[in-house]
Parts: sequence; structure tokens; C-alpha cells
Amino acid sequence: MSVAPFIVLSAILFTIGCVGVLTRRNAIVVFMCVELMLNASNLALVTFARANGNLDGQIAAFFVMVVAAAEVVVGLAIIMNIFRTRRSASVDDASLLKY
Amino acid sequence: MTHFTAPHIEYSQLAPVLIVLAVATLGVLVEAFVPRAQRYLVQVSLAVVGSIAALGDTFWVFDKLNPGHGTVHPGQVVAEGALAVDGPTLFCWILVLGFAVMGALLFAERRLEGGVTAFAGQASALPGTDAERIASTRGMEHTEVFPLLMFAVSGMMIFPAANDLITVFVALEVLSLPLYLLCGLARRRRLLSQEAAMKYFMLGAFSSGFFVYGLALVYGYAGSLGYAQIAAAVAGKTGSHGLLLIGMGMLAVGMFFKIGAAPFQAWVPDVYQGAPTAVTAFMAAGTKVAGFGALFRLFYVAFGGARTDWLPVAWAVAILTMVVGSVLALAQTDVKRLLAYSSIAHTGFILTAFLGARSLADIGPGNIQPVQALLFYLTTYGLTNIAAFAIVTLVRDSSGEATSFTAWTGLGRKSPLVAGAFSFLLLGLAGIPLTSGFIGKWAVFAAAMSAGAWPVVVIAVLGSAAAAFFYARIIVLMFFHDPVADGPSVVLPSILTSGVITVCFAGTVVLGLVPGPLLDLLGRVAVFIR
Repeated sequence: MSVAPFIVLSAILFTIGCVGVLTRRNAIVVFMCVELMLNASNLALVTFARANGNLDGQIAAFFVMVVAAAEVVVGLAIIMNIFRTRRSASVDDASLLKY
Repeated sequence: MTHFTAPHIEYSQLAPVLIVLAVATLGVLVEAFVPRAQRYLVQVSLAVVGSIAALGDTFWVFDKLNPGHGTVHPGQVVAEGALAVDGPTLFCWILVLGFAVMGALLFAERRLEGGVTAFAGQASALPGTDAERIASTRGMEHTEVFPLLMFAVSGMMIFPAANDLITVFVALEVLSLPLYLLCGLARRRRLLSQEAAMKYFMLGAFSSGFFVYGLALVYGYAGSLGYAQIAAAVAGKTGSHGLLLIGMGMLAVGMFFKIGAAPFQAWVPDVYQGAPTAVTAFMAAGTKVAGFGALFRLFYVAFGGARTDWLPVAWAVAILTMVVGSVLALAQTDVKRLLAYSSIAHTGFILTAFLGARSLADIGPGNIQPVQALLFYLTTYGLTNIAAFAIVTLVRDSSGEATSFTAWTGLGRKSPLVAGAFSFLLLGLAGIPLTSGFIGKWAVFAAAMSAGAWPVVVIAVLGSAAAAFFYARIIVLMFFHDPVADGPSVVLPSILTSGVITVCFAGTVVLGLVPGPLLDLLGRVAVFIR
């Protein structure tokens, strides 16, 4: 089994997520793109676990999933709060703090 | 089916972290079961007593290293290689727990807001609605901030101790997530506070995405997540070098973001300004200790063999951070924002110590080691910064804290004591001789010089001069200008805030006048166990 196709796929997913964070304006979509980056990392981790022949990478993928779930809880709470205040989830609208 | 072998955990050495986690969990239970009227008192005492107990225990573990005299015990890798309890770790724990006690006391301050804490009465009530007014007239307050503080503290303790990549990642998130929430809980100027929380969260999540991908690539390179195994793989040059370079770079992005190094510093001013000032004070000091501790351990222990690859990048980042912090600080008109830019500049100064990386054999007996300089600088910076932010909470007008330069004009005429103390702390941050900041700067610059990073040190000295100018500007503003009409006044705080200011101020003075004992102590213990 060759590792390269899986790593290339994970790199593509990571790049899509990264570009999404930088270009999308809706906080929820930005957040989904961050999750895509984390899942791309998970794919890389399990691929390397297979290639290295040990389980460390698979365990790490579990930790990343749990942390991502915790991050969703905190993130959605913050985004909900700001959406209710401003009636907008655009990351460009929140711009009182600058320079 | 093979037998399950239970892991061997050294509970006595990990007790400080476990105490903090237990206190945090108890705090959550207090929220659920204790009536609202008693929660404030219970939560404050739990957080303060818990931190002090953990601090006492840390001293006990630290004492076993025999730091005072004779041969120093190097420490131990515990919990099946997940954590390293050595001199730098224990000193970071002492700092973080000390800052946690002060943070808890600042969080608990009630007199400045007229009987309630500086945190939102009800975070879910929309700003400017009846629900918010009802919450504030009833004197409601979020006592959840104390368990959140303790969870952040536990993350800050594990972060510099982590000895494998998965522990370091989990600790990074455990310290960050509570801080994101704390930033959004201000009672006054809630739109700013919520915006700060969102920016911090979005950028923090983005940077931890990079961190995890870097972790995956380094795992692919070394075949293991443990620092020792990574160091062995780096020394043996077993894997593909490209994988290692990209992995190290991405891990560095996550770390540089956390400590606020350029070009990942954009969140710092916004978050420091928008967050409740007590949170800013704790966060500025605590995250720096944890972040730098983890950064140094990761790059010295795991990637020490690939120094020639990462040192040029570290040079560039250190220079850029100092320049960005010092230059943009010149244009500020808000005290909190100015302190935020000053914190970026300080990140750059501390990074000069990072450049002192050499093999241990090259460090002569008289030389300042990078880790020793780092820990000393973190001590002085944390104490001075907490006191400075605590003084910012005292200067208030009818709408809460007044932080614009206009409001601070002529403050020295109205309250010479507070303005004088603030001026002294600014001089400490600027690094004027006879203050602790001077000794800290001298230590990090000496560590960098002895490793041959003199171009960076030259830029750092010039940056310090520029920094002294913007600190002096506030001092001139406070003492040599007439106060504005209906300007803010200095509100007398309770013993909580004034006690914290006094202790931090005394620490700044003492470390400036007699730095020797602490520097000597750090010189003996500041060695990472490998």
C-alpha cells in the first residue's frame, strides 16, 4: 500500500479548509473549514499510523476528535452570542476593535 | 488476548496538576448544587485555597530536586513518558500558580463595580435589553469564571511539562478554550468583549489546525509522538527531511500564535483590549509562561538536533516581532492597547533567548543559559504586567474603565500615588536599570550573544530604545499635562486588588535590586530532562 495518495488527499483537504477560513465571511462556515483542517490531519495521522506500523497515530486521531468536539461547544456558544447581539454571523461585521 | 498492563503514574509528582483539576471540577459542582447567594464566597475561596495548596505542593516537589545546594537532581519523566517534571517545568508551575492566585483575587474584586464582579451579570442576556438590566439590578454575576480560570491554569501547567505531541496538543486546547470564554464575559462594553472572544476563538482554532497537521507530519517523520523518540529520529536522520521541515514549521505556527509572535500577533491587541482587564492581566502573564515553556521544550528537546534548520526562522520571527510590537505601539492612543503592543515587543525580546540554543557542552559555567534567562524574564514580565493591568482597572469614569490617553492626561496631579506606581511599572517594562526588566533583558540578550546572535541583539537594543519612548510618553502625559475636565478618577479598590498590586510591585522592585539569588537558583535547575 502506498502512503502518498492518502497524504496528498489530506493535504488537499487541509488546503481547502485553510483557504476557506481565509476567504469565507460567515463565522459558521469559517468554523466548518477549521473542522475540515482538523479532519485532514486525522486522515494524515491514521495513514502514518498504518505506514509506521504502530497505533500512536490512531490514538492521536481520537484525541483530536474529542478536542474538536470540545472546540465546537465553546465556538458555537461564542458565535451564537455574537449572532444574537448583532443579528449577523459575518466575521467582517464585528470590527469595533482595530488598529 | 494479552493482559492489560496498567500504566505507572507518579501521583506524588503530578499532585499539583491533579489538585488544580480537582478544584476546577469541584467548582463546576458548586455551580450546580450551592445556592446562588453563597456561590461567590465558595468559588473564590475554592480557587484561591486550591491554587495556594497546589503552589505549596509544587514547592515540595521542587525541593526534592535539591535546587539549593550540592548536586541538583535533574527531575523525572513521568506518566509513561507523557510529562516531564524537571526544573523548568516546576518553575513554570510555580509561576503559573502564583499568577493564578493573583488572577483569582483580581476576578473576585467587587468594590470597583459597586458590589459586583467585572463579569457579565448574565452572559446570555443581550446587551441593552430588559433582561440585561434585570440581571444587573439584581446583582447577578457569573461565578463560573473561577472554574474556568482553574481549567485554564491546569492547561497552562501541563503545556510546558508535556513530553509528547499529543499531550502538548490537549494541554494547548485545555488552556485556550476557557480563555476564549473568559474574554467574552465582560460586564461593561460587551460588544467589544464578545468581538474579542470571537476573534480569539477563530484565530486560535485556525492556528491549532496548523498545529495538529504539523503533529501528524512529525509523527509521519519520526514514527512516534514522544519527544525522546523524535529527538532520536532527528539525530539519526531516518525519515524524509522535507516532512520534518514542514512539520516543524506548522507546529511553530501554533506555538508562535499562542505567545503572540509576529506575524501571528494580530489577535493580541484586540483580545487584550476587549477582554475584561482582570482576564487580560492573568492571560498575558499565564499564557506567556506556558507558551514559552512549551516552545522551548519542543524545540530544544525534540528538535534540538535540527537547530540549523529552525534557527534562521527563529531569528526572523524574533526580529519581526520586536519591530512590529515597538513600531505599532508608537501609534496607540489607548492604555490597554499600548500594553498589548508592549507585550508583543516583549515576546520578541524573550525570543532572543530562544536563539541561544546550543548543545549543552558548549555552554560554559559562567554563561547565562537560554532557559535560565527565559524563566527569569517570564517572572519579571508576569509580575510587572499583572500590576500594570490591575492599575488600569482602577482608573474609571461613569461608563467603567477609562483607558484612552485623553482620560489619563494629568492623572499624576489627581492621584500621584497610582500614577507614580504605574510610571515605575512602565519603566520596568521599558527595562530601565535598577528595575527587574533591565536584568531580564540583560539575561536574554546575554544568552543570545553567547550563541552568536549579535545582529538580533543589536536590533533588540534599538527596539528597547523605541519602546522606552512610548512608555515615557504616558509618563509625560500623566505628570506634565493638565487634567481634562470631568476626567476619570481613581477608585479605591478592596484589599484584593490593592494586595495584588502591592505584591507584584514589590516583586518588581526586589528582582530589580537583588536579582542574584533567583538567577543563581535558575542557573542550577534550568535544564530540560531529555
